[in-house]
Amino acid sequence: MTAVARVYRWEIAKLLAQKRTYLGLGAAVVVPIIFVVVLVIQSGNGPTDVPLGRYLRDTGLATPFVVLFFMSIWGLPLITALVAGDIVASESHNGTLKTILTRSRERGEIFAGKLLATFSYTVVLVFAMGLVGALAGTIAWGLHPLTSLSGTTVPVGHSIGLLAASLAVYVLPLAGIAAFGLMLSTITRNSAASVVGTLMWALLMQLIGVLPGTESFRAYLLGTQFEAWHGFLRTPADWAPVVRALWVCSLYIVIPLIAAYLVFLRRDVAGE
Amino acid sequence: MSDAPPVAARALVKRYGEIVAVDRVDLTVERGDVFGYLGPNGAGKTTSLRMLLGLIRPTEGSAQLFGRDPVVDGAKALDGVAGFVEGPRFYPYLSAHKNLRLLADYDGGDARAQIDEVLELVELRERQHDHVGAYSHGMRQRLGIAASLLRSPQLLLLDEPTTGLDPSGMRDMRDLVRRLSAEGITVLLSSHLLTEVEELCNRVAIIRRGRIVYEGRLEELLATAGGGYRIRTAELERARMLCSAQAGVDDVRVVEGELCFQADEDAVAALSIALGQARIGVTALVPQTASLEDLFLGLTSDDDEPARATREAIVA
Repeated sequence: MTAVARVYRWEIAKLLAQKRTYLGLGAAVVVPIIFVVVLVIQSGNGPTDVPLGRYLRDTGLATPFVVLFFMSIWGLPLITALVAGDIVASESHNGTLKTILTRSRERGEIFAGKLLATFSYTVVLVFAMGLVGALAGTIAWGLHPLTSLSGTTVPVGHSIGLLAASLAVYVLPLAGIAAFGLMLSTITRNSAASVVGTLMWALLMQLIGVLPGTESFRAYLLGTQFEAWHGFLRTPADWAPVVRALWVCSLYIVIPLIAAYLVFLRRDVAGE
Repeated sequence: MSDAPPVAARALVKRYGEIVAVDRVDLTVERGDVFGYLGPNGAGKTTSLRMLLGLIRPTEGSAQLFGRDPVVDGAKALDGVAGFVEGPRFYPYLSAHKNLRLLADYDGGDARAQIDEVLELVELRERQHDHVGAYSHGMRQRLGIAASLLRSPQLLLLDEPTTGLDPSGMRDMRDLVRRLSAEGITVLLSSHLLTEVEELCNRVAIIRRGRIVYEGRLEELLATAGGGYRIRTAELERARMLCSAQAGVDDVRVVEGELCFQADEDAVAALSIALGQARIGVTALVPQTASLEDLFLGLTSDDDEPARATREAIVA
């Protein structure tokens, strides 16, 4: 096992031993269930103002897509920030950072392990939410072909493939938020400040996107990339937003990570 | 492992803005030493240790462990080195055993195979599956030693390892340090507990306001205040006159009903014979030795006249 893999394995073990991990993960899977229960209780065709909302009761496969829309505003950014903002700061605060930095692992290896664990958590969050949403929706409304955003009917098997691809693309902006959280966690050494700061950053990206006069650069805001999966649900598939999400999110991921990495490598680890 | 000394700090400086926490510290710890690093709170001990372990970067100078600099060589500089600063810290939500497994995996090699052995050594085997969050301070200190021993160290850096322990915990910790030293492990022990240093260490460095004011053998430090003797006798005045007339006996004074003087050992031997021949009964003739505490206070107190005089005498 490589050094980074060892660190990564223990970062996952640490996450699995902490309540906040389950709090976030629990919230991510409970929200789609609550969403379905509320819609089952309610009558009507809504929500009609969100992508695929009007087809929600036609097939359970529409549920995760609609939940993705709602959770992108602050739900998933908050859950992501809970872990990303804490992963270095809590170790600084508890003094365990100096414990692991005085062993036989380089700082870069430790940082890489923490980064991989943060991203793993983000991926698990999104896919767990998608899976539970699809299951809950299927229980409520059955497993039927999906109607795409272009109005065409997509067979069940293909719809599941599109859901997986959409979740994968949805992870990208969330990884940008996670990278920002990791940077704040490294620089501020304060969990609360990092979590709140990361959430504020995510909300700011959303807010700027809805302000008038921001049309010229709206496509390059992090919040906009939460809609990139719409491209998969058009017929034929529109790859432009997906490709843009890839490179735009790469910038939102790489820049804070470089900053965090450099700080982590050089920072003094003294009493916090 | 190279032939370089376990610890060699040269002109080590750490500044935080205007504050100089460590000021041109030179420190050499030789193999087999139990080296006491003494100083009042805030003198720069922990900052020095942090630089030695690579946790903070020196502003100037270098710190090498067995010839390797943590700033240059990274984690490789810590091969054969273990310890903790400001008390050992662990993940409170993991058991002691899991904490050690984590650290053993970070270390690699056969560290994992030693977990049971080191837990047995620090007498934590029965509580190994309890969360560390439920451990007492003393148990955490012992777990800190266990975590250090997992690395099979040749050099142990311990920052005030007995702080916060009850008397029996302190005794156990000191016994452990003694045992490890007997096994050939070099120990650098930072402390402000003078009895601890006097009991365990063969060499010491005393740091004051970031600067080393003494480095050398403990016995030599204690000897710097030697040369004084005192006599207790019922015939104080006759004894005083005899002492004053005796060759090699100087600075004869009566202090609190006893006769104090300066002399070397030969002169004291001759004096004792002379006192006997003069039929002056002596109930006590004892060397006046300053305690480490006296010397420490003299070296680290603020610049009042007695402190300065002590410092000058020791440095001279």
